[in-house]
Amino acid sequence: MTKQIHLAAHFPGVNNTTVWSDSAAGSQIEFTSFRKLAETAERGTFDFFFLAEGLRLREVKGRIHDLDVVGRPESLTVLSALAAVTTHLGLAATVNSTFNEPYELAKRLSTLDHLSGGRAAWNVVTSWDAFTGENFRRGGYLDKSDRYVRAQESLRIVRKLWDSWDADQLVLDQAAGVFAREGAGIFADEGDHFDIRGRFGLPPSPQGRPVIIQAGDSDQGREFAASSADVIFSRHGTFEAGQTFYKDVKSRLTKYGRTEESLKIMPAVTVVVADTDDEAIEKAAYIREQQVSGPTALVLAELLWGRDLSAYDPDGPLPAEDPVVGSSVTQGRVGYNDPFPIVAEWRAQAEAHGWSLRQTVINQQNRQTFVGSASTVADAINRHVQEDAADGFVLVPHLTPSGLDDFVDRVVPLLRDRGVFRSEYSGTTLRHHLGIQA
Amino acid sequence: MITAIEIDGAGGDPAAWRGSEVDPRAILTGELALRAVQRAEAAGIDLATFADALEAPDDVPDQVSVRLDALGLAARIAPVTQRIGLLPTITVTHTEPFHVQASVATLDHISGGRGGWIADVSSSAEAAAVIGRRPPAPAAETWREARYVVDVSRRLWDSWEDDAIIRDAATGRYVDREKLHYVDFESPSFSIKGPSIVPRPPQGYPITAVRVNSPEALEVDADLVFLPDSDDLPAQVNALQLVSVRVRPHDEGVERLVERIEGWAAAGVDGVHLRPASLELDVPVIADELLPLLRERGLVGPADRGGSLRGRLGLQRPGNRYAGSGR
Repeated sequence: MTKQIHLAAHFPGVNNTTVWSDSAAGSQIEFTSFRKLAETAERGTFDFFFLAEGLRLREVKGRIHDLDVVGRPESLTVLSALAAVTTHLGLAATVNSTFNEPYELAKRLSTLDHLSGGRAAWNVVTSWDAFTGENFRRGGYLDKSDRYVRAQESLRIVRKLWDSWDADQLVLDQAAGVFAREGAGIFADEGDHFDIRGRFGLPPSPQGRPVIIQAGDSDQGREFAASSADVIFSRHGTFEAGQTFYKDVKSRLTKYGRTEESLKIMPAVTVVVADTDDEAIEKAAYIREQQVSGPTALVLAELLWGRDLSAYDPDGPLPAEDPVVGSSVTQGRVGYNDPFPIVAEWRAQAEAHGWSLRQTVINQQNRQTFVGSASTVADAINRHVQEDAADGFVLVPHLTPSGLDDFVDRVVPLLRDRGVFRSEYSGTTLRHHLGIQA
Repeated sequence: MITAIEIDGAGGDPAAWRGSEVDPRAILTGELALRAVQRAEAAGIDLATFADALEAPDDVPDQVSVRLDALGLAARIAPVTQRIGLLPTITVTHTEPFHVQASVATLDHISGGRGGWIADVSSSAEAAAVIGRRPPAPAAETWREARYVVDVSRRLWDSWEDDAIIRDAATGRYVDREKLHYVDFESPSFSIKGPSIVPRPPQGYPITAVRVNSPEALEVDADLVFLPDSDDLPAQVNALQLVSVRVRPHDEGVERLVERIEGWAAAGVDGVHLRPASLELDVPVIADELLPLLRERGLVGPADRGGSLRGRLGLQRPGNRYAGSGR
């Protein structure tokens, strides 16, 4: 059977993927940018629009990182506003489960689902570091190994609150004067991380439960997704790696009594489209050069090496030292657990091609996923989905807010022609778009 | 006179939702609130407030026992209004100050400088129990902490200078980090490093209001206070003073209300916060009858004033405490 492709739009974030220096690059803060990209995604009948989260500005060598986009508005508030100017598009908020309480999360996400007619999603992320904790009451209180425990418990309680009303408890009988039955929404829960009780003041939202998204790639993260998520997104180097991941995650579902269709795998990808394949390859190379300036190449190398490399010339050779694991040169972003094989690969490639450090970063790290004419890209995306490397993709454009125009104008019509992507929305909720039950 | 209107369920009257003119489902979709705010805006009301509390409303079958998150509702209304100020109630006792200030800053960004908040506390055992992080505290203690939350919010709004984003392609720098500042804030119950994650709001500081339901609330350094409807007004308040009053003009007419508002104006009060019994029945009367009468008497300005909420309230845009400090 032909699978239907699912697509989502990621608002350009604070990684060097986002090219803020281009003359076409708009504001990262003003609402018009969010609105424009969301409208493009809705014109392309995408499943959902995705916002990441920031809780502390990143630092490199003890100073705020200034080479990439810095700062962003708070995601649930932006998405509530987007609910007013879109009609079908899913609205996905990344919200940290470490520095938010389940009751508040349940209330805010349920509110978004009510206000949007059933389009809310929660991307559950975790953190544990004391660096981020310095902005919060609790500080860096959580051990790294406990972060998924708390996330899992948090999610379980959020769901409990969403389920805390019976279907018949919201009555709305004006003549009889019964708004809701007494006792609706009463809850209590005690666990390792929470001990809470009270009443949840919102009846079931249009989706019942907003959609749960998860991005973990570790074994623990995959298990968490298999037990609890509706969508998993992650990034994989190759088609085969995608297939392996897909098979692994889907095979974990049966033990939770779930079907394969109940979890959608949507890796985050970048796309470059042009008139011909050759033009697209050229355009992709140009974008990578924009994404990796000399100073940015050094910062990315410092993240990999875990060392201060400011003495190096980005246009010179790769650092001779070995990498350091667990350093704090870069704060506020995920480092590498095992940098040694990656450094070895970079060295081998640099030697083989005669690349400088910057050229190595450009070629090794910022390769776009799909590059080609509209038909090449449509074929590649469809192949990934039909051959079970993915169920769809979260597209990460490099330009705000026009970065998906080419894809929506050129690639989407081809996917529609091939009968693998919707031409119009057939329902109003995100769960309906994704084809998953609550 | 400043005019404000309260949005709470179907209105302040617990039976308002039962009226035949009300579709009770529209309370949950936000449409009832949206209609009321748009009507108020067209009539020239300066700002809308959105009631909320951390805990759920009372579990009483014949009343509206549900409530949307006020911040989400205000954000939903922002893109489809142009001039009215939007002040959701946000509690500070069991919530994270860093999140609270980021949300209010975001509301100010998405509304083009019409954002604010009613800073409120949670003293009840019910509110403490839904979070479970700390035991309930008496009102005096929660208000003392609220002063710190308001203080750190403004510091975090200053933690980005207005011109911190430079997009300097020549040097590859997106921000000038000399214009981003750690706040290094310490209070008895929390500390925050900073800077904020959100660039400085359009108004510099979004409008901070408090509902004066206990004397300690007056100690918060607010831009705006909502005073109870009583004869003795506090003598010394360094904020705009609005008298908060329950109104039901669809039933009682507007003449008496106009007289009272004139009286408050004469007494030096800065405005009135109207809490309509029914949004569907009373807001149209407020819009069509009350505001035109107040305008005739020169008590309110023209309906179509634009600009920021701060400007509309006659307040200056604040400078930045960190500007030029270089750290």
